[in-house]
Amino acid sequence: MQEVQYKRIQCTINGKPVQKMVDVRASLTDLLRNDFNLHSVKKGCEVGECGACNVLIDGECFNSCIYLAIWADGKEIRTLESLLGPNGELSDIQQAFIDEAAVQCGFCTPGFIMTAVEILESGQEYSRDALRKLLSGHLCRCTGYENILNAVEKTMLRRLGKRVD
Amino acid sequence: MSGTVGKSEKRVDAFDKVTGRARYTDDLCGSGALVAKVLHSTIANGVVKRIDTRAAEQIEGVVKIVTCFDVPQYKFPTAGHPWSTDPHHQDVADRLLLTSRVRFYGDDVAAVVAEDEIAAAAALRAIEVEYEEYPFVLDAQKAMEPGAPQLHAEYPNNILAHTSIYKGDYASAIQEPGLIKVEGWYDTPTVQHCHIENHICFAEMEGGRIVVTSSTQIPHIVRRIVGQALGIPWGNVRILKPYIGGGFGNKQDALYEPLCAYLCTQVGGRRVKIDVSREETFVCNRVRHAIRTHIISYVRPDGTFAARKMECFSDQGAYASHGHGIAAKGMGAFPQLYPCENLECDAYTVFTNKPVSGAMRGYGIPQAMFAGESHIDDVARALHMDPLAFRRKNMMPVGYVDDFSKNENYSDSLNQCIEKGMEYLDYARKKEAYAKESGPVRHGVGMAIFWYNTAVWPISLESSSCRMVLNQDGSIQLQMGETEIGQGADTAFAQMAAEALGIPFASVHVISTQDTDVTPFGLGAYASRQTYIGGFSIKQTALLMRERILKYAYELTRMPPFEMDIVDGRILRKSDGRVLMTLGELATEALYSLSHSEHITAESTYQVKSNAYSFGCSFAEVEVDIPLCKVKLLNIVNVHDCGRLINPALAEAQVHGGMSMAIGYGLSEQLLFDEKTGKPLNNNLLDYKLSTMMDHPDIAARFVENYEPTSAFGTKALGEPPACPGAPAIRNAILAATGVAFDSIPITPHRLFARFKEEGLI
Repeated sequence: MQEVQYKRIQCTINGKPVQKMVDVRASLTDLLRNDFNLHSVKKGCEVGECGACNVLIDGECFNSCIYLAIWADGKEIRTLESLLGPNGELSDIQQAFIDEAAVQCGFCTPGFIMTAVEILESGQEYSRDALRKLLSGHLCRCTGYENILNAVEKTMLRRLGKRVD
Repeated sequence: MSGTVGKSEKRVDAFDKVTGRARYTDDLCGSGALVAKVLHSTIANGVVKRIDTRAAEQIEGVVKIVTCFDVPQYKFPTAGHPWSTDPHHQDVADRLLLTSRVRFYGDDVAAVVAEDEIAAAAALRAIEVEYEEYPFVLDAQKAMEPGAPQLHAEYPNNILAHTSIYKGDYASAIQEPGLIKVEGWYDTPTVQHCHIENHICFAEMEGGRIVVTSSTQIPHIVRRIVGQALGIPWGNVRILKPYIGGGFGNKQDALYEPLCAYLCTQVGGRRVKIDVSREETFVCNRVRHAIRTHIISYVRPDGTFAARKMECFSDQGAYASHGHGIAAKGMGAFPQLYPCENLECDAYTVFTNKPVSGAMRGYGIPQAMFAGESHIDDVARALHMDPLAFRRKNMMPVGYVDDFSKNENYSDSLNQCIEKGMEYLDYARKKEAYAKESGPVRHGVGMAIFWYNTAVWPISLESSSCRMVLNQDGSIQLQMGETEIGQGADTAFAQMAAEALGIPFASVHVISTQDTDVTPFGLGAYASRQTYIGGFSIKQTALLMRERILKYAYELTRMPPFEMDIVDGRILRKSDGRVLMTLGELATEALYSLSHSEHITAESTYQVKSNAYSFGCSFAEVEVDIPLCKVKLLNIVNVHDCGRLINPALAEAQVHGGMSMAIGYGLSEQLLFDEKTGKPLNNNLLDYKLSTMMDHPDIAARFVENYEPTSAFGTKALGEPPACPGAPAIRNAILAATGVAFDSIPITPHRLFARFKEEGLI
């Protein structure tokens, strides 16, 4: 019989400190979906190719499917569920995805939005081409990426107080 | 009229999708389910002699192992077509839940049910299979040759079907003096749908029946197929379809629902989940048919066709699935898009030892347009004619009526779309400017038009059912058998329902989940049918609902129903426009009335016996670096006439996605197989080159809106058409830039190198 090893981790998930015994073989995707019901973390390939499971770890984007749950010890994890305001208000980037018709089947959407959050929180202005590169870790089959790029670019410009056409 | 049709309303599911609240199959399954995994064959052709599961059974957590020798022997079809009560029109029933007669590398030979994924995976590795290997064949034309390995005894020479369209007298027509003969062979690759959510389903027993929750486009059809596969009454099966992460035709087949349902019955009805991996999705679901097309055109020097011949060979893979429908649809487009008096067309669909080909966005038309539209440019080149001028001279004229579908070309859509495309790309000026280039880096513009039909009538049944239920506040629940798979169907349905009933868009609550116990019967998402076909049942049901509402209003207002109307959720007197009451007031009174209580609902089925042409074009601009063998797509636009737009913003988004697929089809995507073993080589998203955001320029969608007279809301096909013209437009742009014709896609650097070398450019 295979011996399963567990390890206790402490981390912050969406602003809330948590402790959990985790199977050392589990991915962060497994932990977030199965133990915390954070279903925005999607599984599209489970080998780090598609970006659907992307979350922020200490402010930086990772494919949570190839990030072991035990590595989350001491880290601050943020998923899409953290973006809503206290009264259920949408964040600007979520609203932009709606307004720009950047959502279709919606399966890649949470991952894309979390990368967008990382881009937006950098406070930097990127060219459209640079944004393409920053977002290229996510695959989408529905949208042709056009409206997703528009949503991210417009939100970036708005946050920087720039004109949006 | 509430005026919502034609407005870019926000998607009804957008809030839930941007907040992570939208529930997909895996989100509904929970962590208590048993996990099933499938053991796939590691040979391309042969039989399973023996399976040893003893070691696997010893692994802790393994609950049940089922092999190909254990499963019921009910052969079933998988294609997502409406059932036909005429045996001659039924889909080919050639699948078993698991098979000992293996026909491709990846065929399903055994399944493990375990407490968790790790145990299931360990058990798969511990199962020993002994095979007797047969020779295999990976190419459709080679599979037709005498002596080729035979896949199905019922289909000699591996030919699943061969159909023809003959017209006039080809043999005599080509004798006309002065004709120019142009001939080409055009090859399209095996590609996969690559929806980001893999196929997933879970099954459990409830009240003695099997309930399957599945990521499918076709819940009512899957219900029938699960019943057929298990040999149980169809009413004993219930299918639930929640939000799904894309489908594109792959989920227009019964995939692992029958096996999952069966496995559930083998573990006492406990919940069993099959969560397909990405690697399995590429190989063990469905792929798009690779089709090789041979075209010969005899043209007069004045640029008219004297005679044309076309034959195509469609690679079906190992099982029939959607079968010949794909090649037949592609062939059907040929004589219609460029009518010609003398024609010989033959389409063959041929079994090979490859993954099963099924439906994929465009259903044979992306293949047919690559061949046909590449060939048109080749003909124009042979005649030294402008390819656009040649098309305009020969393409389907206004007033054309197809004998079979009875579709009529009502409007000058093709010319109107071409005008818009030219204008967007500044085509004429660029064409002239680029013609002068001769350096190592050259530019070119190219285009292609396309033909499409809406829905499947008269080949197959077309019907849709709709239910509307009035709430106390005057809002309604809307239920359709037609499915939301990401395209925005629910939003379009809500807009059409609001308009037809006379209530605000926000007052329509679409029940997105299909539950075959509850949802009215519908066929599902395929054939770009839902807005067109669903529109009929929505309009009819809304009319029924209005009648019932106004009849009740008569009791309350004493105004004759003919003198009243429902506008923006209020009951008006037509003669003076006076608001008599709100729909909410009426509904509340109707429900709680002590004198006449009535729950006002309406439900109806509409069988549609029409179809509609959907046309458009793609214009592309490329930069070709000849020494580097690199193509950069600089610009691309699609122009569509899909009739009246129900929701312009969503229509535009839909076109973007189809164009993206076409770009991949033209330049990067292909599923490769090892010639020595038949093993798939790149069945993952790293090695299979799906476009990323960096692989696209900005992509543009434009529309021409000619109201479609056969349609309930003036609309017609848009789901699949965007994927059809892009690849040949890119190919023709590369031809214009370099003078080199590429007759195989994807046009990768490997192919660019080989052809440029052949043509002496490098």
